[in-house]
Amino acid sequence: MDRVSRRALLKSLSMSVAAGSVLRVIPLHAAEHAHHAIEEEQAAGAYTPKFFDAHGYKTLRSLCDTILPADADAGGALEGGAPEFIDMLTSENTEYQEKLGGLLKWLDATCTTRYNKTWVDSAPQQQTEILDQIAYRKNADSDQSLGKPIEYFSFLRNFTADGYFTSKVGIHYLGYKGNTYLTEFPGCPPVPGV
Amino acid sequence: MLEISPRKKVYDVCVIGSGAGGGTAAKILTEGGLSVVMLEAGPRLNPDKDFKEHMWPYQLAHRGVGVGGRQAGIGDEFMAPNGFWEIEGEPYTAAPGSSFRWFRSRIEGGRTNHWGRIALRFGPADFKPHSTDGMGDDWPITYEEVAPYYDKVESYIGVFGSKENVPNAPDGIFMPPPKPRCTETLIKKACDRLHITCIPSRMAILTKPLNDRDACHYCAQCGRGCRTASNFSSSQVMIPPAAATGRLTMIPNAMAREIVLGSDGKAEAVSYVDKSTKTEQRVYARSVVLAASACESARLLLNSRSASFPNGLANSSGVVGRYLTDSVGSDLAGVFPQLEGMPVHNHDGVGGMHMYMPWWLFGKKNDFLRGYHIEFGGGRDMPGVGGFQYACDTHEGYGVSLKQAVRKSYGTIIGFSGRGEMIPNENSYCEIDPETKDKWGIPVLRFHWKWGENEQKMANHMQATFRSIIEAAGGKVLGEEQSTPPAASAGESHQIQQQPAARISEGGEIIHELGTVRMGDDRKKSALNRYCQAHDVKNVFVADAAPFVSNADKNPTLTIMALSWRTSEHMLDLAKKGEL
Repeated sequence: MDRVSRRALLKSLSMSVAAGSVLRVIPLHAAEHAHHAIEEEQAAGAYTPKFFDAHGYKTLRSLCDTILPADADAGGALEGGAPEFIDMLTSENTEYQEKLGGLLKWLDATCTTRYNKTWVDSAPQQQTEILDQIAYRKNADSDQSLGKPIEYFSFLRNFTADGYFTSKVGIHYLGYKGNTYLTEFPGCPPVPGV
Repeated sequence: MLEISPRKKVYDVCVIGSGAGGGTAAKILTEGGLSVVMLEAGPRLNPDKDFKEHMWPYQLAHRGVGVGGRQAGIGDEFMAPNGFWEIEGEPYTAAPGSSFRWFRSRIEGGRTNHWGRIALRFGPADFKPHSTDGMGDDWPITYEEVAPYYDKVESYIGVFGSKENVPNAPDGIFMPPPKPRCTETLIKKACDRLHITCIPSRMAILTKPLNDRDACHYCAQCGRGCRTASNFSSSQVMIPPAAATGRLTMIPNAMAREIVLGSDGKAEAVSYVDKSTKTEQRVYARSVVLAASACESARLLLNSRSASFPNGLANSSGVVGRYLTDSVGSDLAGVFPQLEGMPVHNHDGVGGMHMYMPWWLFGKKNDFLRGYHIEFGGGRDMPGVGGFQYACDTHEGYGVSLKQAVRKSYGTIIGFSGRGEMIPNENSYCEIDPETKDKWGIPVLRFHWKWGENEQKMANHMQATFRSIIEAAGGKVLGEEQSTPPAASAGESHQIQQQPAARISEGGEIIHELGTVRMGDDRKKSALNRYCQAHDVKNVFVADAAPFVSNADKNPTLTIMALSWRTSEHMLDLAKKGEL
């Protein structure tokens, strides 16, 4: 259900507010009905990147997939729409552009020097070798030139987590149970040590 | 040729602002038979369009953080609309060496739309601070005088809580509180061991139906606005009954410029900018209630200069703008490994805390005066952008193990916020900036700000208390479990924002600014009398937090409404006697 029809639904509901009420509120059962109606997620159309070029976007998708991959429990960052989210916000924020642009540039330059290939064309074990250098802050202790790439990768890791864990699949994976209507709050179930 | 419109409408009262104070005044005054015209600087609220209740992050393209990710925090896309730290074309300034942040909600209902709904009564000592410890000034009224109005407000808006008999934290008329969440159960036990009082919170959220409002449905999203109005907002609970009397005229997008003095020395009109047509307008009334928020009301008085009031209307005392305070704020978070064992369950509850710690050392000898309360929260909340940085930075790396680490740590962080009393000082005030005007040509406020030594000591005490609670509950202070600090070259993006040593909030940051048009019995030292009526101009009243004489460690909104109710009843009495 799109936003417009959601509004129309809510409007029709609020016009049927209990007679005699001066408050502009809707009763719980009506609100709940509206809520269920908007639960239908909008069908995702094909996404056209706003900031990254084709090569950059391919690299971003590959990195997101590596940072939070699909596993036996659930889909990963790609299914969660993390690359779309990252690209959109990056197109609007020069600080993000600098960091992610810097990361992609460093990855391609390093891969080209070492393997004579761009990041996406490098073999999986070559990609792992490079990423293992920039995925841990302590690596900057022995090689200061890794400081910036480590910062950039950390930024992308957080960004990817934001995109994935706020997606439908990511929220389900975390086990968040809420955003619903309860008539009573049940409190805390038994937890050892709590 | 003097042209007088034969149909010039004169209302009984012009109320400026539609938030907690203005909404309450509009309800009481119109129900008492007076005609009220209300000026609101923002648009009407349209819950159908404006509320994002029950939406998931993925239903918004920016997942809530807005264009470029710049809308994270209190102004995010999910929050009730039109509350901002910065408003384009409507600046404020800070004097050299001062910093101050001013949150403004230009919309029907004002800041009650995003209010945390924490509804705490001021206690008897809070009205008599000077008599209690020799600092600051006493209010001209006592707790006993305000208590009946707390009763009225709580009975009408609905507040949950519990009878506890905590000294100087009076019980009210309460609905039953909700059950504690796991995080609250854990912290309550630690507080019991530390002899820190931890009790059900007191919030303006319905746990039982009231009037035409259904009880809370426990989605934890009060800040987004509530379609069932199970929480309190002026726009949904105060304005509609006022409108239903047929005596309320609401003028939205009306930015008040000046209160116009008549030849009899009383206010006769309010001039305002109609933002939608960009025209100058004027509305006439027999009396004026300023409820535009403490600093905005002070600004309006200071900008209303005339031959009789060269320093601003009702300001012969010179106190308007002075005595500005905010709550003392300090925060610390802890991570609690035992919460990893929480089963998947609905942890939402109401939109805010179910438990809190009132000041538990009242009347004890401490190394600072006054006190603070503690708010806390965390756990298995709805996932949101920015909520995974701790897990990512702690685990580092990438891949399935990172994914699992984030899931494992989800819901294990609890944050603590102290909210304490600031004693007014001569270095903290606002005044008209002689240089700067807003886009409507109205001179803006310039803020001066300095915390006192007492506030610094209090913030230190907060930090030490948070640490002892976190440790007693088996947790670790967030950001300290990493044995080595992040490399400097790794940049700011993954540093956890914790500054444990003496961290104190910025002035205005807690959004409890008040005191700028204070009340008192001595007209040389106060602008308003005991009914929040101007000493100098008898038909001008103030009904927001500007009249407050002290900024107790109790969030001000409940007291704003109680005082506004009291002032409004006084105005009805005056009207009956023909003295309004």
